[in-house]
Amino acid sequence: MAISLTVNGVARQVAGDPAKPLLWVLREDLDMVGTKFGCGAGLCGACTVHVDGNAVRSCQTPLGDVQGAKITTIEGVAKSAVGQRIADSWIAQDVPQCGYCQAGQIMSATALLSQTPKPSDEEIDAAMMGNLCRCSTYVRIRAAIKAAAA
Amino acid sequence: MSAAILSRRGFISASLLAGGGLMFDLAVPMAQAADGTPVILTAFIRILPDNRVIIGAKNAEIGQGAKTMLPMMIAEELDVDWAQVTVEQTHADAAIFGGQSAGGSRTTPREWIPTRQAGAAARAMLVAAAAAQWGVGAATLTTGSGKVTDPKSGKSVAYAALAAAAAKLPAPDPATLTLKDPANFRIIGQSVVGVDTPAIVAGKPLFGIDFKLPGMLYAVLETCPAFGGTFKSADLDAVKALPGIAHVLPIKGDGTAESGYDGVAILSTSWWSANKARETLKVEWDTSAVAGFSTESYATQAVARGKAKADTDITRTGDVDAAFASAAKVVSADYSYPFLAHATLEPQNCTALFKDGAIEIWAPTQNPENGRGLVAKALNLSPEKIRINFSRIGGGFGRRLMNDYMVQVAKIAAQLPGVPVKLLYSREDDMRRDFYRPAGWHGFRAALDKGGKLTAFHDHFVTFGKDGRAVRGGDLPAHELPVGLIEHVLLEQSFLPTNMPTGWLRAPGSNALGFVTQAFMDEVAVAAGKDLPGLMLELLADPKELSRGTNQPPFVTARAKGVIEKVVAMANWSGRKALPKGRGLGFAFYYSHMGYFAEVLDVEVADGVPKVKTVWVAGDVGSQIINPINALHQVQGSVIEGLGQALAGQAITQVAGAVEQANFDTHPLQRIPDTPTIIVEFVKTDYPPTGLGEPALPPVIPALVNAIHAATGKRIRSLPVTAEMLTA
Repeated sequence: MAISLTVNGVARQVAGDPAKPLLWVLREDLDMVGTKFGCGAGLCGACTVHVDGNAVRSCQTPLGDVQGAKITTIEGVAKSAVGQRIADSWIAQDVPQCGYCQAGQIMSATALLSQTPKPSDEEIDAAMMGNLCRCSTYVRIRAAIKAAAA
Repeated sequence: MSAAILSRRGFISASLLAGGGLMFDLAVPMAQAADGTPVILTAFIRILPDNRVIIGAKNAEIGQGAKTMLPMMIAEELDVDWAQVTVEQTHADAAIFGGQSAGGSRTTPREWIPTRQAGAAARAMLVAAAAAQWGVGAATLTTGSGKVTDPKSGKSVAYAALAAAAAKLPAPDPATLTLKDPANFRIIGQSVVGVDTPAIVAGKPLFGIDFKLPGMLYAVLETCPAFGGTFKSADLDAVKALPGIAHVLPIKGDGTAESGYDGVAILSTSWWSANKARETLKVEWDTSAVAGFSTESYATQAVARGKAKADTDITRTGDVDAAFASAAKVVSADYSYPFLAHATLEPQNCTALFKDGAIEIWAPTQNPENGRGLVAKALNLSPEKIRINFSRIGGGFGRRLMNDYMVQVAKIAAQLPGVPVKLLYSREDDMRRDFYRPAGWHGFRAALDKGGKLTAFHDHFVTFGKDGRAVRGGDLPAHELPVGLIEHVLLEQSFLPTNMPTGWLRAPGSNALGFVTQAFMDEVAVAAGKDLPGLMLELLADPKELSRGTNQPPFVTARAKGVIEKVVAMANWSGRKALPKGRGLGFAFYYSHMGYFAEVLDVEVADGVPKVKTVWVAGDVGSQIINPINALHQVQGSVIEGLGQALAGQAITQVAGAVEQANFDTHPLQRIPDTPTIIVEFVKTDYPPTGLGEPALPPVIPALVNAIHAATGKRIRSLPVTAEMLTA
């Protein structure tokens, strides 16, 4: 049975195993590879997307759970004003090093600013601590969020 | 494109163009060229009709910034504006592009002259073309912003209008080129945002894992959990019967980790399906030769070996025995550290297509020519039948200097001619199939005379090895300080057997040796009634240059002194006694990868939990910081990574020949709340620029444990730091 969902504002139908994680549906079935595979266990945050506005780990989200949901991925996040500010800020601060975790970081940061427009340092750390950066770009992640919130 | 305009033009010297010279990456679609034909000026440079310039980036980009920095150097000497430049990744071919490995912080020192010469050569050809056109001497002409100008006549012409004529000229001898005076640099020394940053932020496909070909199958590879275990039997039919599974293929290893051990590959149009099918796959492995290896037995053996006669002398100067016999005070301590995984966030992967007796590979590799050699051997192919394309790399840290994944996918693809195959490790595969930073145990002794002067030093380093030689990543350099600074030094080494594949982790060797030597020297300084910066400045007082062997610049004591003096001033070291109880400053200096780094950490310890508040870093990597924003990022990343190795709880352990950890719950990385304030200053000295990927890392860990000692009186002699160490 096909599952209907909206990805970055576009209605999509996906047939397949309802147990298949949204991460792999995006990457393999919908050919959107911006969302990254890092751990497969919800430990690194690289696969973060928005489901109905909330940041979730797509590697832990079965396709069967997102019937009718509105999904936003890194490919579409800059369509919102907050997402665009985060993206601009990420470039201005040159946040990425290898860049692999950054899609997940940007999705978490955008969800944070959407819900908490002026986060404190503690709120930034709490919202972002589920996203690992192996290159340790954390100094700039904090700075970029603050600049986008200003 | 007409063949005439595509004049095949070498880089600059015949030695770099043994293959006769090919332009970079012609496969890249030239959408920009719709309004005309680009001219390939050199292997690295194409000039478009609208005067934009495409510059080839020849090194793998692992987050170290080479894809931006090397084109900056070419653009500088070509004398174009950075806004005119588009950067494209080249493919891997040492015959055309020269060295393309990304490791050892070697890119900057290796490329500082030749890469600028590549730009200067192209500029000289364009100037010569203008001179011929105008009938004037080339020496009278000037360049800037992608134009040649004749100051006398006031005439000016864009490079694009000269490119076709310039491309017909012979490439100049590099010896005849004059490089820019650094005072005139307009791009080098400016902060340039990474060329891929906008694409990363937009989620564009850049990484090896993102690369797709029509009809591609995804592969997972099951191997024996115990390294070196061999394939006995498996019920492959049960897996083949699963929905969506295209192939199940036994893959024969060659008994080495470098080319991969025996395995069973499962292929599907979906990686998730292939990986899930492993639950059904039951393989019997023969682990009889390797099941005896375990962390517990290493620790017992290491203690015994540390007390016994060492296997081999590394360095013996003066008369160490006499110096210890006559010492007023002897300081001794044992230090140790665990195996570590690289844990790149992009799991190892590689894509290959075998067709018509040749193979094309798309690889996130730091070391393509090594991979080419291994694939050639494994498939019995001649090297020119192997084309290797780079992708952007989701973290290197030395893991991708190894090419096991490349050989494995090549073996799978060779069984399926015409079918593109992507091999992707799960996180568990990645963590349990690494080339680990080897564990080590050090027994140190230091002799002090009555005046508190260090007179003798002894390190017996027990690590892993075979036949009197250390495993990869386990070497003890013969010149390790304080060799050359004091008279009586004995460095010796003993080796335990292991089946663990080992490798180079960022600042290999140094990431461990920096910790143990500078932490122990802090103990020596305290025993001598001094502080560590004071002791180091005393040892470095004589201006001298200590040889580091051929092809390496010497260690210059004045440069070491320079960064030490700088960081103690930055951190207000002399005011540290005023810090409240439970707070402390710690210092360390380390020289590695041609870089001099001194660091001070401010640590607060409460209830057994250390919190790093501020890190001050003073570094000397020569006369020029090429891309300041990236330089700062490399140092920030090195500092936090070092803190993670000490504080996040990282240790790879082994039971029955297999690694126990499998994911980030059991091998944690630093997370954002652990990030301190990091203050970085570079001390500019009149030496050629050197690399920054690694040398800022080693001093962080000893500075941390020395600060913990200052804060609590407790010595940390083993990593990782645990709460028990601080509360016991």
